Amino acid sequence: MFDPKIYDIPGADIAWCPGCGNFGIINELKTALAQLELPPHRVVIVSGIGQAAKMPQYVRAHMFNGLHGRSLPAAVAIKMVNPELVVIAESGDGCTYGEGGNHFIHTIRKNPDITNIVHDNQIYGLTKGQASPTTARGQVTTLQFDGVPVDPFNPIAVAVALDASFVARSFSGNFNLTVELIKMAIKHKGYALVDILQPCVTFNKVNTYQWYRENTYLLPDNYDPRDREWAFKVATDTSKLALGVIYMNPDKPVYEEQLAPYKTDKTPVALRGLEV
Amino acid sequence: MNLRRKQNGEVCIVLSGAAGQGIQTVEHVFTRIAKDSGFHVFATKEYMSRVRGGNNSTSIRISERPVKAYVDRIDILVPLNDNALERLRSRITSETIILGNEKYVRGEKNALVVNFEEIAESFGNKIYENSVAIGVLSGIIGAQEEALVKHIAAYFSKKSEDVVKANVNAALKGLEIGRTLGLKFELTPSEEVKSHYLMAGYEAVARGAIAGGCNFISSYPMSPATTVFTELSRLSKEYGILVDQAEDEIAAANMAIAAWYAGARAMVSTSGGGFALMTEAISLAGMIETPIVVHLGQRPGPATGLPTRTEQGDLNLVLYAGHGEFPRVIYAPGNLCEAYELTAKAFNIADKYQIPVFVLTDQYFLDSFYNVETMPDVKIERSIVKTDENYRRYEITESGISPRGIPGYGTGLVRVDSDEHDEYGHITESAEVRKKMVEKRLRKLNLILEDTVPPKLFGPENYDYLLVAWGSTQLVLKEAVELLNDEFGLNIALLHFSQVYPVHPSITGFIEKAKKTIFVEGNATGQFANLVKLVFGVNTDERILKYDGFPFSVEEIVERVLGVLGELRKGDE
Repeated sequence: MFDPKIYDIPGADIAWCPGCGNFGIINELKTALAQLELPPHRVVIVSGIGQAAKMPQYVRAHMFNGLHGRSLPAAVAIKMVNPELVVIAESGDGCTYGEGGNHFIHTIRKNPDITNIVHDNQIYGLTKGQASPTTARGQVTTLQFDGVPVDPFNPIAVAVALDASFVARSFSGNFNLTVELIKMAIKHKGYALVDILQPCVTFNKVNTYQWYRENTYLLPDNYDPRDREWAFKVATDTSKLALGVIYMNPDKPVYEEQLAPYKTDKTPVALRGLEV
Repeated sequence: MNLRRKQNGEVCIVLSGAAGQGIQTVEHVFTRIAKDSGFHVFATKEYMSRVRGGNNSTSIRISERPVKAYVDRIDILVPLNDNALERLRSRITSETIILGNEKYVRGEKNALVVNFEEIAESFGNKIYENSVAIGVLSGIIGAQEEALVKHIAAYFSKKSEDVVKANVNAALKGLEIGRTLGLKFELTPSEEVKSHYLMAGYEAVARGAIAGGCNFISSYPMSPATTVFTELSRLSKEYGILVDQAEDEIAAANMAIAAWYAGARAMVSTSGGGFALMTEAISLAGMIETPIVVHLGQRPGPATGLPTRTEQGDLNLVLYAGHGEFPRVIYAPGNLCEAYELTAKAFNIADKYQIPVFVLTDQYFLDSFYNVETMPDVKIERSIVKTDENYRRYEITESGISPRGIPGYGTGLVRVDSDEHDEYGHITESAEVRKKMVEKRLRKLNLILEDTVPPKLFGPENYDYLLVAWGSTQLVLKEAVELLNDEFGLNIALLHFSQVYPVHPSITGFIEKAKKTIFVEGNATGQFANLVKLVFGVNTDERILKYDGFPFSVEEIVERVLGVLGELRKGDE
């Protein structure tokens, strides 16, 4: 395997708070890339806005740090234009499920061969502590003084309902599991969601490291992620949150492969006509 | 001169009926028959925002001279249903012939009964009515039987042989009737027109995009711009174009920018309301210095406005779209060749300067067509560099343009950031870097100005009066200017801008030469006139504006110009 240090950006001024779950995820991502032996110039990390979206700023690879909520459309387009690139769309729960909710739904429908890593800290960090789409009902925040008055968004259940081809959940505090799931997601042919639960030590005093340890569980060995009904049960049971590959349907057609320019010629559209 | 009187060597035919009745079929087939018979053709349509019912019409000019503009005049009106006449009353004159089924033309002054329906039934089915109508019109203009048979057969080629035969026979019967109606429209055909191509505005934009190397389109359907999107989709296999019908315009525009980032040449096609959602992406393109080409087919706003009508109301929208300050270029083609050439150029300029480039059209332009001989030659100019280890995406350069690499071409890393960034693309809050980057981005304007398309002058060089216009009004104004000079003895010229931003500085000299300058725009506030006033400080107060959803006609321009100039009308009415 490669040395994960090859993805380091020397002198990067990291903007995360000490103890932030993002530190776990950045190490897990670099380790996964290193174990897959992906050179930096083959990887594009696409992100939106938020603390999670700063990830590509600190990882040596190609970077498309676009607008809030828009990591998925950008990632889909990049994959369409150059399918030889490993495309990772990475952003937070607010960016992906809130501002980008419509894109989340329709990107799953398209099933492009991209990896979607969501840093799910159940709060808005960058804007200082307001509710995110995944904040629990009743939780008091810096904006919802009487508690959040709506039910949280369940990304896993939505992804299963949309028949996403790969749906996994992890916890940033579980290094080996997260590395493994990111690797599986990158290797998976088609859209792969990895929702990574992570504490926000500054603004979310409910979903702490300890809370996640107590409220998550690893899926048992006999669990079959191809069983959609079972996956629904697991996804909709929020009394405890399942970790692992919750659902997969690897037989779905990959979006970009069906497009006109690739019917007879696999050369990336981006490179056609360039002297390679 | 009576502008609405029959003109020699020309006939204006209007078909009017409900949506879904086949007006489109008649327009499509009849105009091709006319062109293949050696006649010049211009056609434009106006329609309601509904799938069935209501009233739509198409206006077709058939002439022995080139015709490329909309006129109000109707020589022959063919109503295809009950309410086909009422909306067109203002265009009907004492000379207009109302031709068609008895039940629709009854009681009209110049009614000429030809029962399309009955004739169609004699060939087995009322459904052949449109073919009969095509035949009758072909007979009236003296079209060739061969052309009629060819285009009727081609149109119905997907149907059974019996259906094709019945339609051809019904059309031939119509042709025979048309020839013997005794209507005198003597048109002399020209051999060279037969080899021309009938091209609509939307085709010119789509073909121009392809000529400019477009290989990616992401859009969300919206009238009137959907036709461009559809055309590129239809041609996607032939030209290797990635086509994505996005979930919304926000996705479409962000995709197009990311596609350019990855090495494609991408475009979106939308209208004002859809573009409103794209403005965040325009600002992104400005910051990450990644090209985007936007085709915006205008229609009347605000909000949903008049979905199927025309207007030039979105110049300000594209001029000011996107927060922050960054350069842009806006084209507004006035004819098919310009649409083709400028859409292609939009890709080259977007690529060269790494900026958003707009092609502004409108419903009138996109839905109108006429015969063209050839399109200008255009070249694809691709401005991509192969990167190495030391690559810096935002290298500060004298011109302001940093060499643009793409991921996977060379060994460098291509890092773009919507935050303010340093040369490497890394986020920064340094005031010094910020200042340098703002200046670098804006420095590109100096070169962009050198690439500005100059305006075109139509009419006498030593004019007394000057009309200034932009975009789709060019050919209507050109014809009106010819009439004003030839028939009304004015000394007037037209200055037309196919690039509306940056505005070519020569405008001040043209205005200084005129006794009076009149800006003509299809909007209510004179957006271009206001821009010219803002930039050059010249007087642009004289304006002819239209904002009822309909295009200017040649006659309306003539009358309104005469009105503004206080000329006494020569002629009757």
